[in-house]
Amino acid sequence: MISLRELMTKRDAFTGLTMGNYALARGMAEAGLRVATSYPGSPTPEIGAALLSVPEGERPYYFEFSTNEKVALEIAAGASMNGHLSACFFKSVGLNVAADSLIQLAMMELIGGLVVILGDDPGANSSQNEQDNRHFARMSYIPMLEPATPREAREMFLEAASLSRRLRMPVFLRLTTHVCHARERVDFGPLPEGLPGWEPRFDPKNGPYVPVASTVFPLKEKALRKQDEFGRLMDVSAMNRLFPAASGPARLGIVSAGLPALCAAEAVAGAAAPVDVLKLGCTWPLPAGKLCEFMSAREEIFILEDLDRVLETEIKALAFDRELKCRIHSRRERADLMGEMTPPRAAAMLASAWPDHFKAPPPREAGEEPAARLPQLCPGCGHRSAFHAIKRALPPGAITVADIGCHSMGFMPPYEMGTVLLSMGHSVSTGAGLALGNSSRKVVSFLGDSTFFHAAMPGIVNAVVQDSDMTLVLLENGTTAMTGHQPRAGTGEIGDKIPLPRLLEAMGVKFMRDVEAYKQAELSAALKEAMDHKGFALVVARHPCMLKFMREAKHKNPALKTGRVAVDQSKCARHYTCVAEFACPSFVRHDDGSVTVHPELCIGDGSCVQTCPAAAIVREKPGEGK
Amino acid sequence: MAFNIYICGVGGQGIGVLAAALAAAAEAAGHSVRGCDTHGLAQRHGSVSSHLRLGGDALTPRVPEGQADVVLALERLEGLRGALYALKPGGTLLYYDTVYQPITVRTGSRAYPAPGKVAARVEELGGKAVAVAVDGLADPRMQNAALLGRLAALGLVPGLTREVLRGALADTLGGRNLEANLAVFDKAAGAA
Repeated sequence: MISLRELMTKRDAFTGLTMGNYALARGMAEAGLRVATSYPGSPTPEIGAALLSVPEGERPYYFEFSTNEKVALEIAAGASMNGHLSACFFKSVGLNVAADSLIQLAMMELIGGLVVILGDDPGANSSQNEQDNRHFARMSYIPMLEPATPREAREMFLEAASLSRRLRMPVFLRLTTHVCHARERVDFGPLPEGLPGWEPRFDPKNGPYVPVASTVFPLKEKALRKQDEFGRLMDVSAMNRLFPAASGPARLGIVSAGLPALCAAEAVAGAAAPVDVLKLGCTWPLPAGKLCEFMSAREEIFILEDLDRVLETEIKALAFDRELKCRIHSRRERADLMGEMTPPRAAAMLASAWPDHFKAPPPREAGEEPAARLPQLCPGCGHRSAFHAIKRALPPGAITVADIGCHSMGFMPPYEMGTVLLSMGHSVSTGAGLALGNSSRKVVSFLGDSTFFHAAMPGIVNAVVQDSDMTLVLLENGTTAMTGHQPRAGTGEIGDKIPLPRLLEAMGVKFMRDVEAYKQAELSAALKEAMDHKGFALVVARHPCMLKFMREAKHKNPALKTGRVAVDQSKCARHYTCVAEFACPSFVRHDDGSVTVHPELCIGDGSCVQTCPAAAIVREKPGEGK
Repeated sequence: MAFNIYICGVGGQGIGVLAAALAAAAEAAGHSVRGCDTHGLAQRHGSVSSHLRLGGDALTPRVPEGQADVVLALERLEGLRGALYALKPGGTLLYYDTVYQPITVRTGSRAYPAPGKVAARVEELGGKAVAVAVDGLADPRMQNAALLGRLAALGLVPGLTREVLRGALADTLGGRNLEANLAVFDKAAGAA
């Protein structure tokens, strides 16, 4: 199997079975990309893994995981203004963070080209919503290409880079979760010879780059003109595809894009009569000429898309303007606006309009669902130890606020810690709001350390200035654990240049306690003290991410034998604190009521030992027991 | 018609390696391959799945509900869950018989299915359940190799012979623990 590094550095053309994100990363190298930036977030972080697989000195490009998406986008935009082909990638909701600068970019002459890659998440597989970023393309006058497969992810990146450089404007490449993570055979091209140099080519004469008052209008005019020009190019683009490649037009047609278009094509294969599918490569601006041609040649069309009624609204408006006779169908049910398209769902939606041609698959009757398996904190996780200690210290009625990160999982039983969640870094300010005029219920907010740097610092400054009467627990694990351990500001690539406690002190935090998260009694006491403090109080609960720690330890020493804990059956009084309250996945509850430790899961961290009221959890030395 | 394989397990069990080896084997056997993994949140001991579709008429990467010819699972409860979601009548659930209790079982609010229960519910779907377990594995991730070995022995996937699967496993793993894994594969395939 080809390694990531080979994938990124092979000079000649080749073919390989590859994941969408990796195919895209290779496409970046083939395009001669100079600068890439990102903030990690599913479904995109593997693009970064591919870019990082080439040792730093040998990379033909500069790459960084930035502090947040806005910072990442600004770095890529700045590099592009200097003449360097740049790309920026992040998850769907990351665009909200970047939006303040993004919205300006269509007015700028981006002489090097800039591709903004979005990982949208229909189905909310790993996001807090199903945000449909196709709306942003319209609002920001930035064209949007939508690949459906790994092969198209590479091809459309090359196309986006080339168009972006040519028109000196930003271009969106919108992927969705199962495009990013799909696997198929992809044909790759050679890497370019002789990339342009690093000399800075910024020139204000290319602009202006300052939209203020009267200069806004010529810049906006330019953005709109470029958008129209892009649309004309898309009318004749080979990225629009027809399924099946039929000889003549069928009576019925489907208009779609991205993965939903392939779902339609699969559904059509089982239809009772021929139905054509027009798969749009570019969904903003719409290829109006192409669409009119397709609709004029057919009696009826169905607009099939995921999430919001974006294509539907615009294509209906287009047909109205052009007075087309074609009858236009679209999704009917509210449920159709939720979740990700599949071929059976496509067939069901199409059957609502064309019952003679399509059949809705019968609902699957598989009986009672087995016990759910929700994600959990890993064995040894410092967050578990912290939650266990904090839960014991909280007075009745306390309100706990979660933030984004592994610790978000604390809202589930048995911890039920952090029962409000909005967005990255919100917890401090939402907590401050919950504390307003509230003297009867304590407010405790949680925050991870990567999120601290990402978006929480303004909220903390605000809480300090207003002396908000709340407690912030900073769960510091030294990494961005949730998305696969990318370095965050203050560790890794950036180095230990930003020590958190000193930074917090400098920001004016007056009450601060710094506790190792495994020391539960100490942490409980610190939290009580913090809650008693009138005004803003901060507790750092510190423990390294054990998943990362154990992986690195085993990488360094493959023969490493870790210790384990065991339940002393003569002492166990069946309180079930370990298995049901502390709830480390390593504990197993048997039908006879006994509790043992799962040998494949326990890492021997011992954070559970202190939780047993009967002192029945004991440490085993490496090699002991089974 | 595409031949669909639905692969599932618990986050952290190494399902990615299993899926990659199977995809490589399927290509080596001459199939056109499309598939996808689940990433992100799911890796923290939650249910994870990976999809593999063989044949040119599969345009999308996920196995549609109720259309899996084979469900391949690394854990018993996940095997049952995968079969209930994906297995088609006449299909086979092949699972590694290990037990990872979810929190609802550990708190006593739900029961964990016995092997007989899994077999009975899969039979209701018109399918068949096969469990595999190998004693004395040095590393639980070698359960992947055991599953592939038994898959080869049962001949459940067209073209995925013992030689093809063994070669793909070796290629996917590279140097790491290769001999031990191949020994597990051979044992499960009935060659040792």
